[in-house]
Amino acid sequence: MIPILRKLGRDLPAMLGLGIVLVVLVIAILGPLLAPYPEDAAAAHLLRRLKPPSAAFPFGTDNLGRDIFSRVILGARGALSIALTVVSTAMAIGVPLGLIAGYRGGWLSETIMRVTDVVLAIPQLVLALALAQLMSPSIESAMLALSLTYWPFFTRIVYAETRRLSASLFVDALRGIGASTPRIVFLHILPNAISPVIVRATIGLGFTILVAAVLGFLGMGATPPAPDWGLAIAESRTYLPRAWWYATFPGLAILITVMGFNLLGDGLRDIVDPRLRRSR
Amino acid sequence: MLRFVLRRVALVLPSLAGLLVVTFLLIHAVPSDPAVAMAGDAATPEQIERLRKQYGLDRPIWEQFAVYLGKVATLDLGESAFTRRPVARDIVQRLPATLELTFCALALSVFIGVPLGVMAGLKHNTWPDYLLRVFSVLGIAVAAFWFAIMLQLLFSMQLGWLPLRGELDVSIARPTRVTGFLLLDCLIAGRLDAFADAARHLVLPAVTLSLGGLATIVRFTRAGVLDTLQHDFVFYERAMGYRRLRLIWIYVLRNSVTATVTQIGLLFGGLIAGGVVVEAIFDWPGIGSYTVQAILTGDRQVMLAVTLLVGTVYAGVNILVDVVHGLLDPRLMERT
Repeated sequence: MIPILRKLGRDLPAMLGLGIVLVVLVIAILGPLLAPYPEDAAAAHLLRRLKPPSAAFPFGTDNLGRDIFSRVILGARGALSIALTVVSTAMAIGVPLGLIAGYRGGWLSETIMRVTDVVLAIPQLVLALALAQLMSPSIESAMLALSLTYWPFFTRIVYAETRRLSASLFVDALRGIGASTPRIVFLHILPNAISPVIVRATIGLGFTILVAAVLGFLGMGATPPAPDWGLAIAESRTYLPRAWWYATFPGLAILITVMGFNLLGDGLRDIVDPRLRRSR
Repeated sequence: MLRFVLRRVALVLPSLAGLLVVTFLLIHAVPSDPAVAMAGDAATPEQIERLRKQYGLDRPIWEQFAVYLGKVATLDLGESAFTRRPVARDIVQRLPATLELTFCALALSVFIGVPLGVMAGLKHNTWPDYLLRVFSVLGIAVAAFWFAIMLQLLFSMQLGWLPLRGELDVSIARPTRVTGFLLLDCLIAGRLDAFADAARHLVLPAVTLSLGGLATIVRFTRAGVLDTLQHDFVFYERAMGYRRLRLIWIYVLRNSVTATVTQIGLLFGGLIAGGVVVEAIFDWPGIGSYTVQAILTGDRQVMLAVTLLVGTVYAGVNILVDVVHGLLDPRLMERT
């Protein structure tokens, strides 16, 4: 753990990413304490509608007079919890399937990998939209749809790692001394295969925030009056070009958050897999 | 060569079969009963039963699957609940607009992204390289729908340089539909005024859509060039006195773009998916805005048809990517 952190410390973009991720995390946890107008998650103040940025409202106010700065802060919790739920659900499905397919072989492995191929053969957003639409539009449907379309990425990574590891000498040795299959797979193969999974999950968090914002924008995720970034941008369109601040700041919040996860993920990948080094 | 292509096609077939199963299951494995959904809230049990019979929903599932396969094979994709027209006809009418937009975006990404990537690789660790790296990080992280709105805000609403939405101004008569591709149709009809207007309408959506791809291509080309420059053949050719331009744009580039070509293939899927939102924002009359309309009106037939279409196109592009790989690196073809 310590050498990884030391390597990460030398990678300036990755440190920037880590910084952004930590800040967003703190904002998500302490949101209501940090926001100047925490009640603006739901309240409406029609007397101060669509005010441009000022000292009292750094990002201006929206069509219901709510402080956009507060709502951007409050939106971090929603964005992160969607991303964390989706990625951990996808991992919970994808990683075991990859382990089984990679270690067992045979028809079961074939079936799992063919299903993986099929799901990967459709762009994630399109499949997620189709799924979310078949369920009733809500934040839960959106999360389920995103999880059900994201697990194959993990299956494929874990499958490749498990295949490689299960042919290695130490696994042979373990079999030789009579270790049980679950013990080999979960205690010995999984820890060795987990690094690329963590890299993928980090980048996946950013990616999921982006796709979830699209779903929110299309009205298939968060519902008003939730302080959702994608939803806010959708609502702002009626008030353009007058209220430029309404659309601008939630979008910047998405951009910075996603960039943070991407930079951190890239940095971690450089450490885990030096062959894929992005910058020399 | 032919064997190589056929082998690639054969490898994709299971995915296509799976695609059919997935789309079929999407209708039948969802918790809600499709007949109930179609009939609406005020339907009597008899009406629902009649719908169930009419659509064959009372028959065993494998029989329904066979019927579904037959329909897909004859390109009968059902009727849109919203437009009340056959989905296949809507798609044929709207597909050219989407393809036009996608190809323009792809062309922008490739013809700007590859040279920039080569430049970043050659000027490695100087300020143009840093600038391009920052750009490629931002380009991947930006939400396309937000970027589109920002472009509209600046270039259409504030500066008034480019049209806000649509593919042709209402005051300009559409040329007769020959190919369905508006730009081509304008040229065929000899209507340069309409061509110029259509091109102006294309700028913002194409730029928005190309952004993510541009960033990815810059990044992979840069990495490819950096990697190729380490090879001995570059030192050799440099020592032999090859002209720098020829060396870089022919020998280095050819060896650097393999990863980029894979990315372009993957991008195509991303472009189709990204097009959904971009088309909706710019009112582009293609498959994307059709999809958003279907989402908003709960039009299942359309959603399924679009999923099927996108999956098929994606599979086709993957075959194409493999073939291009084979052409760039003939060793791949001999191995199979």
